[in-house]
Parts: sequence; C-alpha cells; structure tokens
Amino acid sequence: MSSEPTPDTAAHPALDRQDIAHLARLARLAVTDEELDRFAGQLGAVLDAVAQVQRADVADVVPTTHAVPLTNVLRADVATPSLPRDAVLAGAPAAEDDRFRVPRILGEEA
Amino acid sequence: MSEPLVEFDDVLTRYEPVIGLETHVELGTESKMFCGCATTFGAEPNTQTCPVCLGLPGSLPVANAAAVESTIRIGLALGCRIASWSRFARKNYFYPDIPKGFQTSQYDEPLCTAGHLDVEVDGETYRVEIERVHLEEDTGKNLHVGGATGRIHGADHSLVDFNRAGIPLVEIVTRPVPGAGAKAPEVARAYVTELREIIQTLGASDVRMEQGSLRCDVNTSLAPTGSLEWGTRTETKNVNSLRSVERAVRYEMRRQAAVLDAGGRVLQETRHLHEDTGSTSPGRSKEEATDYRYFPEPDLVPLAPDAEWVEKLAAGLPELPAARRTRLQQEWGLSATEMTWLVNAGALGLVERTVAAGASPADARKWWLGELARRSNDAGVELTELAVTPAQVAELTALVAEGTVNDKLARQALDGVLAGEGDPRAVVQARGLAVMGESDELGAAVDAAIAGAPDVVAKVRGGKVQALGALVGAVMRTTRGQADAATVKRMLEERVLGG
Repeated sequence: MSSEPTPDTAAHPALDRQDIAHLARLARLAVTDEELDRFAGQLGAVLDAVAQVQRADVADVVPTTHAVPLTNVLRADVATPSLPRDAVLAGAPAAEDDRFRVPRILGEEA
Repeated sequence: MSEPLVEFDDVLTRYEPVIGLETHVELGTESKMFCGCATTFGAEPNTQTCPVCLGLPGSLPVANAAAVESTIRIGLALGCRIASWSRFARKNYFYPDIPKGFQTSQYDEPLCTAGHLDVEVDGETYRVEIERVHLEEDTGKNLHVGGATGRIHGADHSLVDFNRAGIPLVEIVTRPVPGAGAKAPEVARAYVTELREIIQTLGASDVRMEQGSLRCDVNTSLAPTGSLEWGTRTETKNVNSLRSVERAVRYEMRRQAAVLDAGGRVLQETRHLHEDTGSTSPGRSKEEATDYRYFPEPDLVPLAPDAEWVEKLAAGLPELPAARRTRLQQEWGLSATEMTWLVNAGALGLVERTVAAGASPADARKWWLGELARRSNDAGVELTELAVTPAQVAELTALVAEGTVNDKLARQALDGVLAGEGDPRAVVQARGLAVMGESDELGAAVDAAIAGAPDVVAKVRGGKVQALGALVGAVMRTTRGQADAATVKRMLEERVLGG
C-alpha cells in the first residue's frame, strides 16, 4: 500500500502519531514506528472520505437511529439450556479447574 | 498502611466533604440480560454460558423484558423520569472477565434520569439526588492463582468463570451530595440502606451485599470550608457491606485532610477498601482505560417505553419502605425514636408479621426488641436468622395473655421452639410448662413453705404483711417458677392469716 492518496488535512483535525499510538494501545495492537507514520496517513484518508458526508444537505432527512426500524424487541425472562461446559472450554486457548485460564492480568509495573 | 490521618472531628473544623455513590445491583431474573442462560448463584463454573454471553462470533443479543421492567420500576421508585427513548451502548475495554471486549451498557441515553431519595440520619432528612439509573451486564469472575490469598497482585495467572457474565446489572448513580458535614459517612450508609430496602421491596434483586448482588463505589472529596469549588474525588471500589460504606467515607475524609494539610494534592484515583483495617489503598492506575470509546450497540434496537407501559408499571409498585414506616408508626402509635429503634434493630418486618399473626403491637415489640434481640445477640446472628417465626412469637404472646404461661415460662417455651421442638403450644404441653392452678400439688408446696419458716409466719401474723413475699419466693422456687405468683400469694394469705 505505497500509493495511498495524500490526506486532505484541512477537512478535519489531522491524526498524528500519538493518536495512532493511543488507538493501537487501546486495541492491543503492536505498531512499529514506521507503521505509525503510514497508518496516520491512511486513517487520515479514511476520515477525509467520511468527512464528505458532513457536507451533504440533510435538512429534510429524518435522523437514522438504527438500521432496523424497530423498538422494544425483548425476550421473556425464561432460562434456556446453556452450552455443555466441555464444549465451552474446548474453544479456550487454556483451561484449568473448569475455568478459562488467562495470563497474569497485572503487568510487572503494577 | 501507615498513611497520615487527621482525627475525624478535626477534619470538620476546616474541610467539607462531598460524597457520591455508584451502586450496582444484580437483578434477580431467571435468565441473563441478553441470552437465556440461567443466573443461579454458586453454580458449577462455566455451566451457565452460551455463545451470546461468551461473545462468540455471530451470536446476537436480545434484551430481557423482566430486566428492563425492573430497571424502570427502580427508576419510578426513586422518582426518576423514565426516558421515552433509550439505547444500549458498547463500553470498549479489554479485561479477561469481559469476553466480548466490551460491556453492553448504557451511555448518554439511560433508561431513567433525575430522581431522588430522602434518607434520615439522627432525625434529619438529607436529600440524595439521583443522576441516572441504567441497565448493563455483569462481568465474569476472576480467580487469581499463585499470589497471596487470591489477590491479583503477585498472581501467576488467573482463572475465569463466565457464569456471572451477562447477568443484568442496574447501576444507580447519585449526583454529588454536599452539605452532610460530619454526617457524610452516615448519610452514605443510610442511602445504601434505604436503596437496598427499596429494591428488596420491589422484588427486583435479593440485594445480598456479601454475595455481591449489591456493590458500591463510594466517591469522596474534601474542600476547604467555605470554598466554592469542590475538591478532587477518590473512588473507593466494590465496597461490600453497609458498615464498610460508612468506613470508606470516614477513612477517605481523614486521609485526604492529612494530604491537604501537608500542602499536597489529592489524586483522582480508584482505591480499594481493606475490610480488616478499614483503610483504603490506591488501586491500579487506569489512565488509558478511561477512554471507553462508547458507541450505540448496533445489535440491539432502542428501548422506547411508552406512557402506557410506564403507567402500568407505576400502578403495580408496592408500598415503598418510607410510606410503610410512616403508616406502621401511626398504626402502632410509636414515637419517631421508638420507630427508629425498631428499624435499626432490623425488627420492623418481624414485628409487622407478628402483629398480623394476632399479637398486639406492644407485645410484638417487647418480644423482638427484648428477649429475641438478646437471643440473637448471644448467638451472634440476625433477628431474622433465629429459628422462630413471627407466628410462633404471636402464639407465645397469646399463651401469656390467656394465662397459660407467665413470662418466665414463656421464655422456657421459646427455648423449646428454638431447639426445634415445635410450636409454643406444643412445647408447653410437652415440657409441662403450663402455670400451676390452685391444685393439691401447689397447696402442698404452700403448706411446706409455711411449715419451713415459722419465724416469717409469726412476723406476718404480727402485722408485717410484706414479709409474705419471702414465702411467695419459697413457693416459686419449689415449683421452679411454674406457679402463678398472684395465686400463690392469695393461697398464702388464706392459710397464714385466714385460718
């Protein structure tokens, strides 16, 4: 993806390397320095594209709050069978004592 | 744990506290919030999970009608405005106990807003404003392995049980409560107490703090007296008893005062309460995690409670605790102080049911606040945990009222009831506890007392009638308290003076 368009930084506040690093951390993605620059440009282009929507005249358009025009879709409070535990834990990377085993939660700094 | 603390009374000489509470209540529904998995407490780990509450790809949530109704009912009981349009939102963060990578919650469109709850402390009423009541789902439960006593610090790894993940959770958030001064810790406790009682009355949850079905985050800040700005608050997380709610506020007031006195700055942070010492310590810093990137949940359609639905729920609300207390106080002719004692002793419902079973309010109160309170104290249990029902207590009062037993024998009958020997009347029968009538047996005891104390008899005959009391005492002893003292006195009078 070396031929990405140059983002139009005038249309929105530009995403800088720090924003990308922050988002990557929230999403638990490891991103290299080189990728920070590249993604800042690419995501800027995405924002530009979306920003075009803001230029549309929507004075006469009823806001869409949901893709499905329904409300109050509810189920009765009735318990139904759960999955067998063996099947549940079969999908886990690791299990112990009938539970999902996960790595240490707090890092060394905590 | 040796943080500097200011004496509590000293804090109030220069600072004013502001408190705030966030209370989480697990609803007592049969099934989870967005799937049909059962919600049984204490079930075998990971036996109440399915693709929805495990967050497996392709699964779709559907909201639980009973949970939505319970939330609206809680909102109504707190005088909230019920939103006519409300949506769920995704609260995005990573933690092993949330399988989806987000918690389905509500953000800017909660179900209920702008309510209040009045609480009373030492005869004064404090209004706690409710900011919002919203509906979300609980997380799974982590078990930390390899560290000291199950703590997350120093753990080698953790084990997760998702039975609790997805159980409907209602969050009730107060607005900041200023102006409580020295009573701030008690106001916090009184608020949670009253809220708990309301939710219990609604039947929306079993609100058992020790099982975590009601848990509190307690916010505390201090500002210099007279300051127009509030101080920086700390949030003490997951406080799980009423007593601890009070202690958390008290401790934070004393600790923050020491920080401010030393010219320091209170850090906005989450803290943990240590139940053993009543102190708090900083939790892990979550600076990054506060960026939750909320957005409307696309997999759930909006909730739009119409007026008809809300009115129907409002009409079905039971009598709320405050109204019930006022009514009972009037019906029983109690003073405000007497009523407070009854409530604080946890005896209100018991007395009410005892009266409903036929006892007089005065007798019911006397038993529950007297003998039964003593028994529960001695046994170190709550009144409600005693092995005696209000109906049985009413039967005891009836046995006394009809003269079958006196107070002392009634207490012995209670021994039998508590020991599982059956209802009071049956215990009286089986143990032979009925008051002795004017029988040959009692007559013999009276004669023996007269024969055994000629000096007393002489005194009585000589005009010192009050000396008769010694003889009455002797008869009561030989009959092991089973005689009726008035009857004994009359028989003695007849035989000493009359004959």
